[in-house]
Amino acid sequence: MFAQAETVATPEVLWWALVPLLVLAGAAVLLLTVASLVRRLPEWLPAAWTIVAGLAVLVSVVPLWNEVQDDGARSFLAGAVGIDGSTLFVTALLAVAVVATALLSRAYLTREDLPGVELYVLLLLSAAGGVVMASANDLIVLFLGLELLSIAVYVMAALHLRRIQSQEAALKYFVLGAFASAFLLYGIALVYGATGATGLARIAGYLSTTILLEDGMLMAGFGLLLVGLGFKVAAVPFHAWAPDVYQGAPTPVVAWMAAGVKAAGFAALLRVFVLTFGSWSGEWQPAVWGLAILTVLGGSVVAVVQTDVKRMLAYSSIAHAGFLLVGVQAASDRGTAAVLTYLGVYTLLACGSFAVVTVVGGAGDDRHGIDAYRGLGARRPWLAGAFAVLLLGQAGVPFTAGFVAKFGVIAAATEGHSYALAGIAMVSAAVAAFVYLRILVALYMEDRHLEDDDEAGAVEVDPAPWGPRIVITVSVALVLVLGVVPGPLVDLAKDAVPVLVGG
Amino acid sequence: MDVTVAWYLTLGAVLFTLGAVGLLVRRNPLVMFMCVELMLNAVNLTFVSLGDALGDLGGQVSVFFVLVVAAAEVVVGLGIIVAIMRRRSGATVDDLSVLRG
Repeated sequence: MFAQAETVATPEVLWWALVPLLVLAGAAVLLLTVASLVRRLPEWLPAAWTIVAGLAVLVSVVPLWNEVQDDGARSFLAGAVGIDGSTLFVTALLAVAVVATALLSRAYLTREDLPGVELYVLLLLSAAGGVVMASANDLIVLFLGLELLSIAVYVMAALHLRRIQSQEAALKYFVLGAFASAFLLYGIALVYGATGATGLARIAGYLSTTILLEDGMLMAGFGLLLVGLGFKVAAVPFHAWAPDVYQGAPTPVVAWMAAGVKAAGFAALLRVFVLTFGSWSGEWQPAVWGLAILTVLGGSVVAVVQTDVKRMLAYSSIAHAGFLLVGVQAASDRGTAAVLTYLGVYTLLACGSFAVVTVVGGAGDDRHGIDAYRGLGARRPWLAGAFAVLLLGQAGVPFTAGFVAKFGVIAAATEGHSYALAGIAMVSAAVAAFVYLRILVALYMEDRHLEDDDEAGAVEVDPAPWGPRIVITVSVALVLVLGVVPGPLVDLAKDAVPVLVGG
Repeated sequence: MDVTVAWYLTLGAVLFTLGAVGLLVRRNPLVMFMCVELMLNAVNLTFVSLGDALGDLGGQVSVFFVLVVAAAEVVVGLGIIVAIMRRRSGATVDDLSVLRG
C-alpha cells in the first residue's frame, strides 16, 4: 500500500512561475498572522508591507516576462495553470493597482479613524485572486480565482463601519456577485458537458476539431459564461450593482474595483472567449457585439444625468468596459493587444481619478456631489489641474493615454469589419466627453457660493496627504507621457497576447 | 421507466431557475442567500450527472471546489448581514435604499 503511494505521480509545478501569486498570498497571510499576534502594530506597517509586496511582484514579473518571451508560454499543475505574456501583463497591472490602493488606503483609514490591517490583507488576497484568474488554464481554476478576488472585495466594500452606505453597497455587491458567480458556474458545467473537459486547452482542441450536431448545451454554456463575466466587468445590462457599489464603498476600495477587478475580469474574458472559444467566434461575437453597444451607450448616456461624481465615474467605468468589449468583440490578436493596452491606461486613469475623489471626499467620505468640485480650480489649482488631465484622459482626448487606448480598440473593430460598432463607440465617446466636460466646467468656471453652504467652514478640502499625492502625480505623469509616447505600452501589450498551451 | 441523465439535468435547470427567481423576488436577505445556495447546488447536481454521463471524474471533483467556495461565500455574506442588522434590526433589502442616483 505504501509502495503504491510512493509511485503516485504528482503534477509538475513550476515554482518560479508562481512567484507573483505566492508573494501576494504569502504577504497577506503573514500580515494577518503578525497583526493578530502583535498587540499594537505600528500604524504605517500594514500599508508599507502591502506596497513592498506590490513592488516585489512588479520586480518579479520582469525576469518571468523575459523567460516567457524567450521560451514561450508554459502550462503546469497538470495543465490547470498557465503562464504567458498576458498573465504577466495583467499581474503587473494588478500590482500597480495594489500599490496605488494601499497608498490611498493609508491616508483614508487615518482620516476616517478606522482600524486598518484587514483592508490590506483583503487587498492582497483579492490581488492574488486576480493573478489566479489571469493565469487560469482551467475553467474551475478561473472560478476559484474569481471567487477569491470577489469575496475579498465584498468585505472591502463593507469596511467603513460607520457608514450604512458602505454596508448597503457590500450587500448589493455580494448578492449580485453571488448571483453572477452561479451563472458563471452553470456555464462552466454546461461547457464541460458539451466538450467533456474543463481545461481550456482541451476545450479549445475539442472545439476546433469536432463538428457538433447538437450544440444547444454549448451555446447555453457560452451565454451563461458571458452573463457571469459580464456581471463582473459591469457590462450593461448586468451593470445595476456598479453605481450603487461605487457610491457606497470606501473610495480607495472603489479605485481597486475599477482598476484591479476590471483588469482581472477582462483577462478572464480574453482567455475564455477569444482564446479558448476562438474557433467558434462566429457564435459568440454577435452576443458580445450587442453587449458592447449597450455598454458603451448605456454607460455614457446615463453618466450625463448623474449629480454624484462617484456615480458619474461609475457610469464612465461602465462605458470603459464597453470600449474594452469592443476590443474583445474583434476576436483577433490586434483586438486583444488593444484590450490589454486599454487596461493598462485605464488602471492609471482609475487609480488617479479615485485618488482625487478620495481627497475631495473629505472626512466622512461623503462630499462627492458635483457641488464639492465647484471652484476647485481656484482653491486647489494643482489638484484640479491633475483631475482635469485625468478626466481628459478618460474622455480620450489626443495627447493623453486615453486617446491611444480608445484608438486601439476602435481600430481593431474596423479591422474586424465591425464598422457599425466602431461608429457607435465613437459617438458614445463624444457623449461621454460631455460628462467629463461637466466636471471640468464645475472645476474651473463656477464659483462656489460659500454663504449658501451650511458647512462653510468645512468647504476647504483637507490638504492632500502624501499617499494620494504620489498616486495622482504618477498617474497624471504617465497618462501624459503615454499620450505622447505610447510605443512602449503598445509594444508590451502586443507581446502579451495570450497563448494556450496544453498540459 | 429509465431515469436518464437528461432527468438530472432538467432537475438541475429547474432548481437553478427556482433559485434565480427566488433571489430576484424575495426581500429577506437570508432567504436570498438560501436561493444562492440553491443555484450553486443545482450546478453541483449538473456537474455530477454530466461527469457520470461522460465517465469522467472531473465533474465530481469540481463539486468539491464549488462546495468550499459556497461555504466561504456564505460566511462573508452572513458577516455583512450581521453588520447591517446591528445597525438596523429586522431590515429587508427594501430598507437599504440610501444609494440611488
